[in-house]
Amino acid sequence: MPSMRLAVVVAVLVAAVLGVTLWVPWLKTPVLIALADGLAVTGVIVLIRAGQVSFGHAMYACLAGYGVAFIGRALHLDALLLIALGTVAAALAGAVIGMFMVRYRGIFFGMLNLAFSMVLFSVLGKFGAVTGGTDGLRFDRPSFAGVHLEREGFEIALLALALGLAVIAGWAVQYYFRTVDGQALAAIKTNETRLEYLGISAKRVFWRAYTLSAGLCGLGGSIFALTQGLVTPEMGYWVRSGEVVFIAVLGGSAHAIGAFIGAFVFSFVKLYAAALLTAWQLVLGLVLIVMVFVAPTGIFGLIEKRLRAKPAAGHGGTP
Amino acid sequence: MDASLILLALMDGVSYAALLFLVALGLTLIFGVMRILNIAHGSLYAWGGYFAATLGLAITSLALPPALGLPALFVAAIIIGGLLGTVLEFFLLRRILDKDPILQLLVTFAAFMVLEDLQRLIWGVQPIFVSDVVGQLGTLEVAGVTYTRYQLLVLPSVAVIAFLGLRWFLRKTALGRQVTAVTHHREIATAMGVNTNRVMWLTMALGGALGALGGALASPTTSFTPGIGAEMMVLSFAVVATAGLGQIGGAALAALMIGLARSFSIYLMPELEVLMPYLIMVAVLLVRPEGLFSTVATRRI
Amino acid sequence: MTAKAPAGLLSTRGLSLKFGGVVAAESIDFDLMPGERLAVVGQNGAGKTTFINICTGFLKPDSGQVFFDGTEVTGRNPRQITRLGVGRSFQLPQLFTEHTVRDCLMIAASAVRSHGGFWLPLENAVDRDEIESTLELLQLRSRSHDLAGALPEGQRKLLDVAMALVLHPKLMIMDEPTSGVSSDEKHGLMTVLMKALDERGITSIFVEHDIDIVRRYATRLAAWVAGRIAADGAPEEVLRDPAVIKNVIGG
Repeated sequence: MPSMRLAVVVAVLVAAVLGVTLWVPWLKTPVLIALADGLAVTGVIVLIRAGQVSFGHAMYACLAGYGVAFIGRALHLDALLLIALGTVAAALAGAVIGMFMVRYRGIFFGMLNLAFSMVLFSVLGKFGAVTGGTDGLRFDRPSFAGVHLEREGFEIALLALALGLAVIAGWAVQYYFRTVDGQALAAIKTNETRLEYLGISAKRVFWRAYTLSAGLCGLGGSIFALTQGLVTPEMGYWVRSGEVVFIAVLGGSAHAIGAFIGAFVFSFVKLYAAALLTAWQLVLGLVLIVMVFVAPTGIFGLIEKRLRAKPAAGHGGTP
Repeated sequence: MDASLILLALMDGVSYAALLFLVALGLTLIFGVMRILNIAHGSLYAWGGYFAATLGLAITSLALPPALGLPALFVAAIIIGGLLGTVLEFFLLRRILDKDPILQLLVTFAAFMVLEDLQRLIWGVQPIFVSDVVGQLGTLEVAGVTYTRYQLLVLPSVAVIAFLGLRWFLRKTALGRQVTAVTHHREIATAMGVNTNRVMWLTMALGGALGALGGALASPTTSFTPGIGAEMMVLSFAVVATAGLGQIGGAALAALMIGLARSFSIYLMPELEVLMPYLIMVAVLLVRPEGLFSTVATRRI
Repeated sequence: MTAKAPAGLLSTRGLSLKFGGVVAAESIDFDLMPGERLAVVGQNGAGKTTFINICTGFLKPDSGQVFFDGTEVTGRNPRQITRLGVGRSFQLPQLFTEHTVRDCLMIAASAVRSHGGFWLPLENAVDRDEIESTLELLQLRSRSHDLAGALPEGQRKLLDVAMALVLHPKLMIMDEPTSGVSSDEKHGLMTVLMKALDERGITSIFVEHDIDIVRRYATRLAAWVAGRIAADGAPEEVLRDPAVIKNVIGG
C-alpha cells in the first residue's frame, strides 16, 4: 500500500476516532480498550510473521498491568512513567522467557507459551495476599504528565496518548518488517535451514522478535490497566490469549493496521452483541468461523484485494 | 502427614485423574486422527456435565426410579458428546483439514466461544449441582478411612474400562485398525481404501462422548458454572501435552501424575493446587517438548 | 586436537558415518586445494550428499575430522561453517518461497554485511548493484519480482546458487546445480557460472550426473562408491578407471 495514501488514511482515522469520542463521551472506554487490545495484537502479528502463534501472550499484558498496579500503589508515579515501566517489565520478561522459548516452533511453541501463561495466571489467583487474588488489585488514578486530572480529563489524555502510541507502534512494526531483521524473521516461516546456511542465526532473530512482541503486549496491558484502574488475573487467562490471536486473524495479520481494525471491530461487535443479546461470544465466534472460510486474510486482506483489483498505477505483482 | 491423609490424597488423586483421563483421552484421540487440537473439547465436558445434571433433576422431578441415576450419566454423555462431536466434525473440522494450522485452531476456538454462550443461554449462570448418585452409592471404609463408593470404585473403573476398551478397539477390530491407519498417515490410508470421512466422524463422536463423559461423571461431585469448560480445556490440554499429542497410554500416566500432584499439594500447600498441572507442563515441555511418551521428533532447532 | 591442520582449503581425515546398517561414509581422507574445480560423481546413495552434509555441519560424523581453511570445524553447525566462507546450493533448492527472487538474494546478501545494522531497511543494507549483476549472471533478472516458490525447477536451482554466491564464499559447494535446466542452456550457464567463480577466486565442488559437463568444466574428478572415494584425479583418467565405469557410468 503506497505509504502516502496510508498515512492520510491513518490521519483521517485518528481524527475520526478523536472526534467521535469527544462527541459521544461514553465511547472513551471501549475505544481505549480497543487501542490497548490493538497494541497487544501487533505483538502477536510480529510472531505470525515468522509463522508462529503464541497461545499465551496475554501473560505479557497481564504482567505489565500488574506492574503498573504494584508500582502505582507503592510509589504513586505518573501515568507516563507507569506505562513505560510496565512495558519495559513485559519486554524484560519476554527477553528472559524468550531465551528458552525461541528453540521451539509450531505447536510446541504455542503450547509452551500457554503453559507459562497458566503458571502466571494460577500464581496471581492463588497468592492473594500479595496479588489480590481473583479479585485483583485496584489502584488510584495517577497524575498524567504531572497534572492531576479528573476522570473525564484523564481519559481524554490517555486516549490521545494511546492513539499516538498506536500510530507509532504500527509504524514501527511495519518499519521493522522491512529491515534486515524483519525480513529474516519472515524467512523463518519458509526456510530456517536456508537461513542457517546463510550464516544467519534464526534463534537470535526470533528472540529479538519475541522480546518486541512481549513489549508490545505489555504496552497494551499497561494502557488497559490505567483505563480500568483495576487488574485481575483474567487479563492473563488463556481465553484472552486466544482472543488476541482471534483479533489478529480477524483484522488481518499481514499489516500492523490489521491489529487495530480487528480490535475495533471486536470491541464494537462485543459492545452491541452484549447489549442486545448478552451473547457476544456467540456472535463473534460465528463471525470468525465465516471469516476463516471466506476471508482468511482478514479485513485488511479484503481491503487490500479490493484496492489491487482497481487498475492502480503500479509495478507488477509484489504482494 | 499421617497415613490416613496420604490415603485420602491418593484416593482423591486417583479419582480426579480418572476424570482428567477421560477428557484427555478424547482430546488426544481427536488430535491423533485429525491432527487438529480441538479447543472446543472443554465445552463438551461442560455440556456433558450440565446435561447430566439436567437429566438427574428430571429423574427426581418425574419421580422415576433413583437407580436410573448412574446409567443416566452415561446416557447423557453419549447423547450430548456424540451429537456435538458429530456436528463439530461435519460442519467444521472436516472442512478445515487442509487449512493453515493457525486457522484450524481459531475455528475450534470460535466453536468454543459459541458453545460457551449457548451453554449460558440454556443453563444460565447459577451453579448447578446434582449429587444424588453419590449419595445413593454410599460410602465404604478402607484402612480406617471413609470414601464414597462413587469416587473410589465408579470413577477409576470407568477410566480403566475406557482405556482398555479403546485399546482393544484400536488393535483388534477392523474399524479400529482403520482408525490407527489414519492416525499414522491419512493420505495413505485413503489410498488403501479406508473411508476416512467415516473414520473421522467416528473419532469425533467417540472423542466427544469421552469428553462429555468426563463432565457427566464429574457432575455429581462438582458444581457446574460458566467457565468450567475453559478450565477443563486447559487442564486436559496440560495432560495431553505432557504425555505427548496422540499418546493414549501416556495420557493415562500423565493424568495420574497430574491428578496425584494436585491432590497431594492440596494437603501440603493448597496454593499450589491450581499451579501444579502447569508447572509440570512447563517442566516437561522445556525438557522434552514432544511429550514424555512420544516417539515423534520435535520441531526444535 | 592433533598436529596442525592440513594445508588445503577443505580437508577431511578419517571421516566415517553409519546410518543404522548403511555405511554412508567410510574413513574418507580428502584434500581440496584453492582454485580447484572438483566434480563429484557417483550413484544415488553413494554418499556424495552425506559427505557434503558432514563438511558443512549438517551432520556429525561418527569419527574423523573436517578442516576448513586451516581451522578444524568438525562438529560445528552450518551457520558457523558458512560464516567461515562456505556457500552451498542444494539438490532440492532451499529458498524462501514466500519472498520474491530479489528479496531472497537481498536477505542472503544482508548476511555478510558488517555486524549490527540489523535495524536498517533491507534495501539499504545491501549492494544493490551486486544483486542486479548476480541476477543478470544467472539469468533471473526477468523474474526478480516473482515469488521464489512460483519459479520452475531450473530457475529455482539457479536462485539457490545465486543466494550462496552472494555470500562471497571462498568455497562454493553445488549439488547438481544445473539439473532441471534444459540441456541447450546448461552449457551456457555453466560457462558463465564457472567464469564468475574463477574471476572471484572461488574454489568449487559440484555434484554432477552429466559427464559432458564434468569433462568440460572440472579440473578434478572424484568418484564416490558406497561411502568411499573410489577414484580421484584428472577427469579423463578417472573416467577411464574400470571401477568408475562399472559403478558410476554404467557399462
